[in-house]
Amino acid sequence: MANVLVNAPKTAKKGEIVEIKALIMHVMETGYRPGTNGRIIPRNIIGDFTATWNGREIFRMKMSPAIAANPFVSFAAIASESGTIAFRWSGDEGFVAEHQVSITVT
Amino acid sequence: MTGLRLAAVLLAVFAASFALAQGDPRRSGYREMGPALQKMQDDDAANPAMLFVQAGAAAWAEKAAAGKSCADCHGDATASMKGVAARYPAFSAEAGKPIDLEGRINLCRTTHQQAEALAPESDGLLALSAYVALQSRGQPIAPPDDARLSNLRAEGAELYKRRQGQLNLSCANCHDDHAGRKLAGATIPQGHPTGYPIYRLEWQALGSLKRRLRNCVIGMRAEPWSYDAADYLALESFLMQRAKGMAMDAPGVRP
Ligand code: HEC
Ligand code: HEC
Repeated sequence: MANVLVNAPKTAKKGEIVEIKALIMHVMETGYRPGTNGRIIPRNIIGDFTATWNGREIFRMKMSPAIAANPFVSFAAIASESGTIAFRWSGDEGFVAEHQVSITVT
Repeated sequence: MTGLRLAAVLLAVFAASFALAQGDPRRSGYREMGPALQKMQDDDAANPAMLFVQAGAAAWAEKAAAGKSCADCHGDATASMKGVAARYPAFSAEAGKPIDLEGRINLCRTTHQQAEALAPESDGLLALSAYVALQSRGQPIAPPDDARLSNLRAEGAELYKRRQGQLNLSCANCHDDHAGRKLAGATIPQGHPTGYPIYRLEWQALGSLKRRLRNCVIGMRAEPWSYDAADYLALESFLMQRAKGMAMDAPGVRP
């Protein structure tokens, strides 16, 4: 299982703007670097990151080789209803990581 | 509050801030960083080292092949490991010699868990040392008052002042004589080991104090010692003594 750290408030008022932070362990190997044997190390990056709130997409990001290892993403969302915020990272070499948190909106 | 008491309080506040301004000229690497990096370190949701801490916490509870986990003997790390990283390197009676925190963790693995030692700079060792070091956050660096460490510290002090490498520089040339000034784009810190292991942006990874020292030795165009060389232990012991009383900020972020 991938190593993920997600930080989102557990409760929010309806209509409030909440900050969501997501950090994931990943090498983000660019595909441009030669290894110790002189050969190019194959690209191995996360390509897509998405977040959904009760199944509805609230954030999407395309990642590129210029993004450093262990990418950190922070974004804002409007708290509309109680439920689940789900995160998904996917990329090269069949990489998939999923994580979810619940939030109560009053 | 009477006028007299107010005056006394004001005097106390003044005295405290005066001591802060006048007293200790030592500055941690944290204080040399810009606000963006300081924020990154301070926010546990943004500090990438916390990914390793999370892995370390899981490893702490994991049973070794021989059946015991770190937690089985040491219990809750937030209590049992508090302040521990702040007093290493220390003399180990079990090993019969001084060891650093990584050495202590590996000693527990080999003698108490009948497991293999974790390789230097391996994710597994870094994760456990980050998890243990986190428990000393905010604690003053407290090198043991132990005569068995004196020789090692003296060796470290000597190494620190010795010119070496093609550039013929000593550690002191940069970290004492030119601290606070620029070396290319980087601010030269005083070189205090308050934040280890650190997440260094240049490495895009977590690394130990040894790795940091290796980088400086390579920067001096000297031959870096292998990870098990006693020279690192001597420098680590000296640097911890030099930073005695400074607050730990592990796991740190550094440029
Ligand atoms: C040519 C100057 C130079 C020399 C010589 C040098 N260093 Fe450094 N050192 C630096 C710079 C610059 C940094 C910070 C790099 C950065 O910000 O990425 C640093 C960082 C450090 C740090 C990390 C401090 C922190 O806040 O984490 C330590 C510890 C250190 N050096 C110790 C040493 C020791 C011990 C030696 C001798 C073996 C040495 N250095 C030699 C320039 C030097
Ligand atoms: C079978 C029991 C046992 C297991 C398992 C064990 N340890 Fe230990 N550990 C000890 C003993 C005994 C000491 C020495 C205590 C002393 O000297 O006060 C010690 C000391 C330590 C210390 C130094 C404490 C200090 O105050 O100086 C650290 C750090 C440590 N262990 C980490 C670990 C880690 C990390 C693991 C798991 C990888 C682990 N230990 C597994 C028994 C154990």
